[in-house]
Amino acid sequence: MSTSTIDRLEGSRRAARAAAAERTISKAEGWRRRGPLLPALIFTVIVTQLPFLVTIWYSLRGQNLLRPGEDIFVGLSNYVDIAQDSTFRQTALNSVVITLGCVLVAMVLGIVLALLLDRPFLGRGVARTMLITPFLVMPVATSVLWSVALLNPTYGLLNWTLGLFGIEAVDWTSTYPIIAILMALVWQWTPFMMLLVLAGLQAQAKDVLEAASVDGAGPWRTFRSITLPHLRRYIELGVLLGVIYVVNTFDQIYLMTAGGPGTASANLPFYIYQRAFLGFDIGQAAAMGVVVVIATIIVASAALRLIFRSFEVKE
Amino acid sequence: MSDTTRAYRRRTTGGVLTTLTWLLALAFFFPVAWMAATAFKQENQAASDPPTWFFTPTLDQFRAVIEGGSGVYVANSAIATGVSTVLVLLLGIPAAYALSIRPVEKVSDVLFFFISTKMLPVVAVIVPIYVVAGQLKVLDNIWTLVVLYTAMNLPIAVWMMRSFFLEVPGEVLEAASVDGAGLMRTLRSVLIPMVAPGIAATALICVIFSWNEFFFALNLTASRAATVPVLIVSTMTSEGLFLARLCAAALLASLPVILAGWIAQKQLVRGLSMGAIK
Repeated sequence: MSTSTIDRLEGSRRAARAAAAERTISKAEGWRRRGPLLPALIFTVIVTQLPFLVTIWYSLRGQNLLRPGEDIFVGLSNYVDIAQDSTFRQTALNSVVITLGCVLVAMVLGIVLALLLDRPFLGRGVARTMLITPFLVMPVATSVLWSVALLNPTYGLLNWTLGLFGIEAVDWTSTYPIIAILMALVWQWTPFMMLLVLAGLQAQAKDVLEAASVDGAGPWRTFRSITLPHLRRYIELGVLLGVIYVVNTFDQIYLMTAGGPGTASANLPFYIYQRAFLGFDIGQAAAMGVVVVIATIIVASAALRLIFRSFEVKE
Repeated sequence: MSDTTRAYRRRTTGGVLTTLTWLLALAFFFPVAWMAATAFKQENQAASDPPTWFFTPTLDQFRAVIEGGSGVYVANSAIATGVSTVLVLLLGIPAAYALSIRPVEKVSDVLFFFISTKMLPVVAVIVPIYVVAGQLKVLDNIWTLVVLYTAMNLPIAVWMMRSFFLEVPGEVLEAASVDGAGLMRTLRSVLIPMVAPGIAATALICVIFSWNEFFFALNLTASRAATVPVLIVSTMTSEGLFLARLCAAALLASLPVILAGWIAQKQLVRGLSMGAIK
């Protein structure tokens, strides 16, 4: 073996050692970077993901807390029951109606209010403060306020007001339960939408608007061709966040109508709650939870793409 | 059309719009004002038909609520809200740092994971949480709510704090790393002071959501760990039509968040959009 070969071997060995050292460094650096993230990540996985795995496990069993003997593996029979459960279908539909109804109406009102607030006038700060207040009231208090003080059939303020116009008293929460719930929800969520849209309006480049006005575009034309496209991102974000929160509505339904009459105004969260905590039917409730999550994943994966575009996540 | 008529017309439209804005603002605020007014009434005035518009205000209802053993509920709410908010910040700020300033690989996957937990419906996990908490003997225990509220708000805090960290100018961080400051020192002496308003905004959002939370509190607490929303509900169901007292309780319960939200209106928008809107 010649010296040059030894040198070459030596050289390549050294290079390999250097590369290995570099890898260890970047590995150590990688862990140093991951370090601050891990507590939050592990905590979130344990508290939010583990229970869901347990939910899947429960959904395959016939557990009922009132009949301990029946805790056996039942396969997919809970899911078969759900597929045949017309109440489940009805409450799923109610969930969609309540969520979309609330988010869309609140968004339209929010846009109107934001446009009105986006111009200088006397006492603008006070008007804005008054308008955001409904969102800050505790939802439980909101429900009490609407169901008892405003919508009560005998002394509620809404019926009294309608009476001034000669309209008969209406028992809102039992005759039109979903509309009653929507009133309280829209009242609570309109300020949320208004705040997001207002932030969008205030981020608008003023020179573009001036240029439009110089070019002779009227206010409606300016709104349609400049403001609305600019607001699109804010509106999408508002609808998305609104859906995430409103689909989980529980407080208002629990307190205003208790899902009734019957299950006429129950949404999925309320129905699952009833099955689990009033019927103690753990297996059924768990299976419904799984179905809801699958539906959510389908809707959310489309929605998440939107949110990511809105948030412009940069790597 | 002459310039004066146009100016006149613009002024009139302005006046109409301002009046409309004020009417809508009053309409939206009215239910809150009505709740506040009812809290100062006697019971027979609160549930009268036609409604009582003029009355001599009384503090009887507030006295009844405060003296009626509401202290425990307020203390529980304060612990659940305060401790969970502190935990969220302790876990969330370092995590946000690791997703912005010295990023780990796959930042967007991690962010995606955090936000996806907010989309997981709470009802889908309540059953096992209830059963497991029962087996661990931590039902009706305020620390169970502390843990759950921390998990509930952590994703929002990570997103928000990340958006604040991304605004810190790069030179500041370079200067700190040239000085050889470690993670904890950089965080403590450079970053935290710079993002202090962001931390305040994040804390505000966490406080609002945990103070108002009802679903977990209803299902996982009974008498010892019950929070303020549970108190209102039990006032409603056990005492039926004591409307004035109910309004007093609801008003007192909502007041901390209403005041905080009024004071921090600017931070509210950023928090509600999880940091997306500046």
